[in-house]
Amino acid sequence: MTNPSLVSTGTDLLADAAADQAVPVTRVDWHPPMGGTAADLATVATDPLRRAANERALAAMLDVTATLVDVAPASEVLGLAPGEFLHAGPPITWERASGPLRGALMGGAALEGLVTDPEDAAALFASGSSVSLEPCHHRGAVGPMAGVVTPGMWMFVIEDPATGRRAHCSLNEGLGKVLRYGAYGPEVIRRLRWMGDVLGPLLRGAVRARRDAGEPVDVTGVLTQMLQMGDEAHNRNRAGTLMLLRDLGPDLVATAAAAGVPSTDVAEALRFVGGNDHFFLNLAMPACKLALDAARDVDGSTMVVAMARNGTDFGIQVSGTGDEWFTGPAQLADGLFLGDYGPADANPDIGDSAITETAGIGGFAMATAPAIVRFVGGTVPDALATTRRMREITLGESRRWTVPILEFAGVPSGIDVTRVCRTGILPQINTGMAGRVAGVGQVGAGLVTPPAEIFAKALTRLAERTVLRRGAAA
Amino acid sequence: MTTTHVEVRPGAYADSVTLLRVSRTAQQLDGVVAAQVAMATPLNVDVLTGMGFSVPAGTGANDLVVALHLTGDDALPAAVAGVDRALAEATRPAPDGGAGAVAPPRTTATALDRAPGSVVLVSVPGPHATVEAMDALDAGSDVMIFSDNVPVEQEVALKQAAAQRSLLVMGPDCGTAVLDGLGLGFANVVEPGPVGLVAASGTGCQQVMALLDHAGVGVRAALGVGGRDLSAPVDGLATREALRRLDADPAVVLIVLVSKPPAAEVAERIDRLVATLTTPVEYALLGPGRPDLTAATEAALVRLGRPVPDWPVHGTARPASGGHRLRGLFVGGTLATESAQIAGEDAARAGHTFVDFGDDEWTRGRAHPMIDPTVRLEHLAAVLADPETAVVLLDLVLGHGAEPDPASVLAPAIAGSRVPVVVSVVGTGADPQDLAAQIDALVAAGAEVHLSHAGATRRALALLPADTTTGAAR
Repeated sequence: MTNPSLVSTGTDLLADAAADQAVPVTRVDWHPPMGGTAADLATVATDPLRRAANERALAAMLDVTATLVDVAPASEVLGLAPGEFLHAGPPITWERASGPLRGALMGGAALEGLVTDPEDAAALFASGSSVSLEPCHHRGAVGPMAGVVTPGMWMFVIEDPATGRRAHCSLNEGLGKVLRYGAYGPEVIRRLRWMGDVLGPLLRGAVRARRDAGEPVDVTGVLTQMLQMGDEAHNRNRAGTLMLLRDLGPDLVATAAAAGVPSTDVAEALRFVGGNDHFFLNLAMPACKLALDAARDVDGSTMVVAMARNGTDFGIQVSGTGDEWFTGPAQLADGLFLGDYGPADANPDIGDSAITETAGIGGFAMATAPAIVRFVGGTVPDALATTRRMREITLGESRRWTVPILEFAGVPSGIDVTRVCRTGILPQINTGMAGRVAGVGQVGAGLVTPPAEIFAKALTRLAERTVLRRGAAA
Repeated sequence: MTTTHVEVRPGAYADSVTLLRVSRTAQQLDGVVAAQVAMATPLNVDVLTGMGFSVPAGTGANDLVVALHLTGDDALPAAVAGVDRALAEATRPAPDGGAGAVAPPRTTATALDRAPGSVVLVSVPGPHATVEAMDALDAGSDVMIFSDNVPVEQEVALKQAAAQRSLLVMGPDCGTAVLDGLGLGFANVVEPGPVGLVAASGTGCQQVMALLDHAGVGVRAALGVGGRDLSAPVDGLATREALRRLDADPAVVLIVLVSKPPAAEVAERIDRLVATLTTPVEYALLGPGRPDLTAATEAALVRLGRPVPDWPVHGTARPASGGHRLRGLFVGGTLATESAQIAGEDAARAGHTFVDFGDDEWTRGRAHPMIDPTVRLEHLAAVLADPETAVVLLDLVLGHGAEPDPASVLAPAIAGSRVPVVVSVVGTGADPQDLAAQIDALVAAGAEVHLSHAGATRRALALLPADTTTGAAR
């Protein structure tokens, strides 16, 4: 036999007794799980499907690679019809929609020409006739902040080359007074029209040229590099944005010249992308969704496949529970505010961007982005501790996305509902803060966590399914 | 003028051993007459009530109670501060928060990531044990579940999962194991030798180990399987795995199986397996009409061709001086059963009692009596003062994990009494408590001390007045 070592979970006295025998002892810092979850945890832990299901779900997610294959209007690639609006987070009605979501919907209605003055759109949405709301997630897309997508908005199209599956996201508008933060003033609409008329077609030319040359932009590869360059790919995308410009720039210039687009338009497009450090976020998000969608619908898996907020509710979806959303109230972020804004001005958490944390980057990769820890109100040791702490609630680590300062450990990947309930450790999300009032725009950025109870709700459903399956087998 | 302070701290948690240490520290604070710091489980509320504290209605098992009898109100602030200090010191310090600091693992799974291949010892409260044990099986590790109060269906699910992976689940409610020379839980220090033990009983296993040690025979391994393993629902799953492992170990010359008699269908299955093994198996099955543990150990010695020694007795009990009842107060469940069995069916009719303070009903939210003697000491004081009591029979169990000096609390309780007291000491000369010193302390207090528990029981029965002895006592 071999030299034994011991893991002791529970009373220190028994660990001490082993340590007294000169055996290496690893002590677990155990705390009781979230209230009321003990029986469900035991049921799910002993589900014969769980281990293999989680291995399958995690592997499916980690196996996905994402390439940028097209840029096109939502009407084309999502089949979005006039009057159909997508939004971030779990399903919601106009009545319950928060200020920034309402503002973005109003701006979107004006962009689509449904109203001339965005203010008139409130009555249109309140009436509910000729307009409909649906989560981005239900249509193969993700939307940052309010996440409003209209048929005329141009979308990045991301594809898994191995399977041809796709995910989509709108083009990033920049910071400040922008639609996704609920602003809908004339300058917001003007910028969106320029993005549809000039930026979208220019990007399409470049993206298609690269795709047709057999060298589509490798979004997964860019993410791998940016994580080593100080981006966590949620609140900091500076390196990623510059790499995208490097990749697309030559083809953008060449295709524009061939199509007779004025060089002033090309210059403006390059200046817009290069001047917007968050531009790559809208590629990171659908790349994450593409990976997580591959892990959906594995019976018995306790892995979270989506975290999303609509400004009112925070919702998660879990691999083993189909398309059901488990929701609770969205929380207020804790962080820093722009200008004179303060906590009273902030809307509760909003956006599909937590898909990055769901895939193991963003707040989960905080250790790799010391440059932004102050922006979100933390310190460098906090950042290292956060990434390590997130490993407590995940099934594994990424092979591709690694953190140099943690000896190139992979980012924590595959949030496990049972581990969240056991430890009470909640996923750490880096986020922007939208103004509470429609039309204000961004007021700050910071850190936020989901409401704890949604994990307990998901666990209960997983336990119910386990019991049903056992009953059917008996 | 003494005063009383009872303070409920909702939602605070510390394990029962930690709170035992805190209570002991609190008892020694200036101005404190008596102190109890405990989670408000029904048992602990009884203990608090017995100490003269009234616990507010609505206080539950998730609430921490700090209860103090004080010499006066003046003593309160310092005493509460002392309790707070003891609570803070008893819980491990947090990591220093520096950039390199790694927090301790929060789950068994994370601990096994950091120390792969370790054996796992789980001693968290019963409702939470299964999840931690499953982590061990998922990582390919054997696990000992010290916790009691684990639902039997969870035990079955764990052991079925273990059987599929050829892993060993020791317990739940497994007090003792020796693996690769490492004693886990309550384990006596014994030399390596030719015997492999499979035990559905912790103190039964310890009694056999201690007697073998006295006879100069060592133990290769002791695999505890938990008291329910040979019941019909659990179907001997762990016993079978343990037998196969010991049979495969060339160092094991004789296997001794210590248990209550198995359920009939389980016994048949075990017999069939034993018939296929190359290593002989000696049964030490407690039950009416079966040999006691001392006799079973003697049979094992004979099979090994080793001489059977005289089991030592130290001191002489006081003569009986009134009363009619034998009061057996035990920390060892199997020892309680063995005594009741030797006393025979008539014993209960005669009003003799054999209480196991390690039973689930006495340990909900409290440490095992081999760690926390409080509850047995209370009962000992009561029976010694009871004129009905003719003889008191006690056990005292040594080894790793047990109290550092158990005789120091038993001896003073025994010393002033008129009642004859017989004690069986389960221990070896190498145990950390110093066997000889423990025996000396008990003998000095007037007790008669036996190494053989069966011998101690027969002696206690023989001390009863003639009219109350039972037919089985000789």
